[in-house]
Amino acid sequence: MSVTLQPEALQAERPATQRSVAKIALIGNPNSGKTSLFNQLTGLNQKVGNFPGVTVDKKTGISQITPNLKAQIIDLPGTYSLYPKSLDERVIIDLLYDPQSKHYPDLVIVTADASNLKRNLLLFTQLADLQIPSVLALNMMDVAEAEGVKIDIDALQRELGVPVFPMNARKGVGIAALKIVMSQQLEATSTVFYTLPEELKPLIASIKARFDLKNDYLALHYAHQYKSLKFLTEEESNWIAALLEADEFKSNAQQAAETIARYTRINEMLLDVVRVERVDKDEKFSNRLDQVLTHKVFGYVIFFGILFLIFQAIFAWASYPMDLIDLGITNLNGLIQENFSGPLVNLLTEGIIAGLGGVLVFVPQIAILFAFIAILEETGYMARVTFMMDKIMRKFGLNGKSVVPLISGVACAVPAVMSARTIENWKDRMITIFVTPLMSCSARIPVYTVLIALVVPEKYYLGFLNLQGLVLMALYLIGFLAAIFSALLLKVILKARERSYFIMEFPVYKMPRWKNVGLTILEKSKTFVFEAGKVIVAISVILWVLASYGPGNSFEVAEQQVLQQAQVKGWTPEETENHVASAQLESSYAGIVGHVIEPVIRPLGYDWKIGIALLTSFAAREVFVGTMSTIYSIGEEENVSTIKSKLLSEKDENGQPFFNPARSFSLMIFYLFAMQCVSTLAIVRRETKSWTWPLAQLLYMSGLAYVMAFITYHLFS
Amino acid sequence: MQNRVEEQQRQKSVRDLKKGESGVICCLKDPEMALKLLEMGCIPGTPVKLNSVAPLGDPITIIVNDYTLSLRLNEAETILLKP
Repeated sequence: MSVTLQPEALQAERPATQRSVAKIALIGNPNSGKTSLFNQLTGLNQKVGNFPGVTVDKKTGISQITPNLKAQIIDLPGTYSLYPKSLDERVIIDLLYDPQSKHYPDLVIVTADASNLKRNLLLFTQLADLQIPSVLALNMMDVAEAEGVKIDIDALQRELGVPVFPMNARKGVGIAALKIVMSQQLEATSTVFYTLPEELKPLIASIKARFDLKNDYLALHYAHQYKSLKFLTEEESNWIAALLEADEFKSNAQQAAETIARYTRINEMLLDVVRVERVDKDEKFSNRLDQVLTHKVFGYVIFFGILFLIFQAIFAWASYPMDLIDLGITNLNGLIQENFSGPLVNLLTEGIIAGLGGVLVFVPQIAILFAFIAILEETGYMARVTFMMDKIMRKFGLNGKSVVPLISGVACAVPAVMSARTIENWKDRMITIFVTPLMSCSARIPVYTVLIALVVPEKYYLGFLNLQGLVLMALYLIGFLAAIFSALLLKVILKARERSYFIMEFPVYKMPRWKNVGLTILEKSKTFVFEAGKVIVAISVILWVLASYGPGNSFEVAEQQVLQQAQVKGWTPEETENHVASAQLESSYAGIVGHVIEPVIRPLGYDWKIGIALLTSFAAREVFVGTMSTIYSIGEEENVSTIKSKLLSEKDENGQPFFNPARSFSLMIFYLFAMQCVSTLAIVRRETKSWTWPLAQLLYMSGLAYVMAFITYHLFS
Repeated sequence: MQNRVEEQQRQKSVRDLKKGESGVICCLKDPEMALKLLEMGCIPGTPVKLNSVAPLGDPITIIVNDYTLSLRLNEAETILLKP
């Protein structure tokens, strides 16, 4: 019955080249302290990369094992078994089943929650049967002890046949011992935890022979998962499919039988290993807390209180560091322009440095939002949020966790889209990312306020209801409704790639680990600056060139014409300068584009001047105000009342005010719906790892903006 | 056909538990979801207790194998209990 074991055979399968750096993979259940252990082992030596084809990040880090030995640690997504239930979990089998993979580990560290050993050992026994050298890191020994769970480490070590380390990754206890073992050449355990049923043996023997495999359990996984194994050729997959069909292999039934057999084996093993003198203290504490935090009334009151706090923080608190960044960039540019001159200096200051400023200015919001999210995740509160909101959000194709990105989207879509990472289900996450930019973000406020001031009278109803405030609120509400109904639409259109489960561990409340919170903030900010930043800077520079240069000598011609006019009309030097800027913008490439798109935007009530503003708004929506100031020769001071009076005096071809309610509301609606934010597009590409999503978003939102603005214009005129 | 429907209706599932009430898992109805539930420790013969219900009635949390598991009602429905 038993399988012959040849640990050295597996060694031989690997490339014979001597590795200078050992490769170690971290694997474990969600909530088993895997991330804490990763952070303890690698500290700040972490790198975030991509796994091909999935949205989960590849986190690797270098750990100094001994003074002259380093190891590369790779953090794999949390999973309950080697049979992946989600796309992200498939990364694990790609890595573990392919000895040719460049990340194929020399050693696997399995993290297990000591207070919940039974379920955590399921994954371990599967890995052990693959005969990959492994050690077991028994995490959260403190929690187990508090719960009265006593584990006989020696007995467990004997049963499993691998080194077992009791540890507390939060506090760093046990890391030193683990490092010593990591520095040694380890062999796989010789214990087999699951014996293949007799009827499968011929099938497994054929697969082993065909693919030259040494391990029975690996061959069984080929049978179960050949469709998801990327390294198999189509011909190889077809061969397995035909074999399984001939053998009437029932994957579901076999998997179920295997899991039950493993649990039976684990139960037997643990009889002598674990003694429980249940105190029930911790669980009761969590339960008591839940009675308040998931209460019918208080639960929601507290949750919306927390959301309000987060919103306040990214809206108000972040404005101080953001202003500092703005000021720093302006001063830096001023300093450079004072000391140097020439077209290259302009490219550097107004193009590149200004673009960099546009990236850096988001960092405070990202840092603050992720500080909150990390704390909510770490404490276990996020699971309660999902629990309370799931029923409502599910109706719209969203997930309980979508609430956080949607609300954060009111401040800024960039960190909000990044925060959708906490949603495990692919479809739910994509829908959330797709609709979040429809929430009115803070960059739309300057546009709204200028336009509302133009056409909505400052009237009060019932003494306190300000009409302008009501219109602003209506705009936010429309954005929210647009997001919700777009989600509903996508729920119908989008095919699920994986079955949506809610089945998950409901963690007990814990204190947040501040080191993890700090590292999350750092990682998210770095990812944004380095990955989305490239696209943002590139497009900002292109937009700057479009607005600063024209074909041939058009700029000089424009300047000359204005100067001649100035003499006739007797303008002051300042007025002259403003008119020169306006004329040059008109003759720039951006101005040409504005004229070209005028026929397209005329049905919405816009002319080429607004066309230019729409184009430059692409870098960021708030640029609208600045562009309008330049184009109407208002100058650089962006004072709302100056802009207002200037815009009010604009006349259309019939001598009527150009900014009438129809045009203004049409513009507001356009800005509400349109995807005019390079930063959001860049971050959506980075989060979905494809250009399909940001492009779909651009087309959908801009199309919607066009239709809605068209309707609005005709309703009001 | 009629008989089978009635039989299914008679058999209690985790969905039918009241808060604080316990039962013993008999079998899992949905073969694909069963794999996920088995991995999470919902093995036939294991005691299960309804721990809490979300404010809107769905999802719920149950205690199985000494830990708390949350799941939706339509998922809980597939965990049948011994009579």
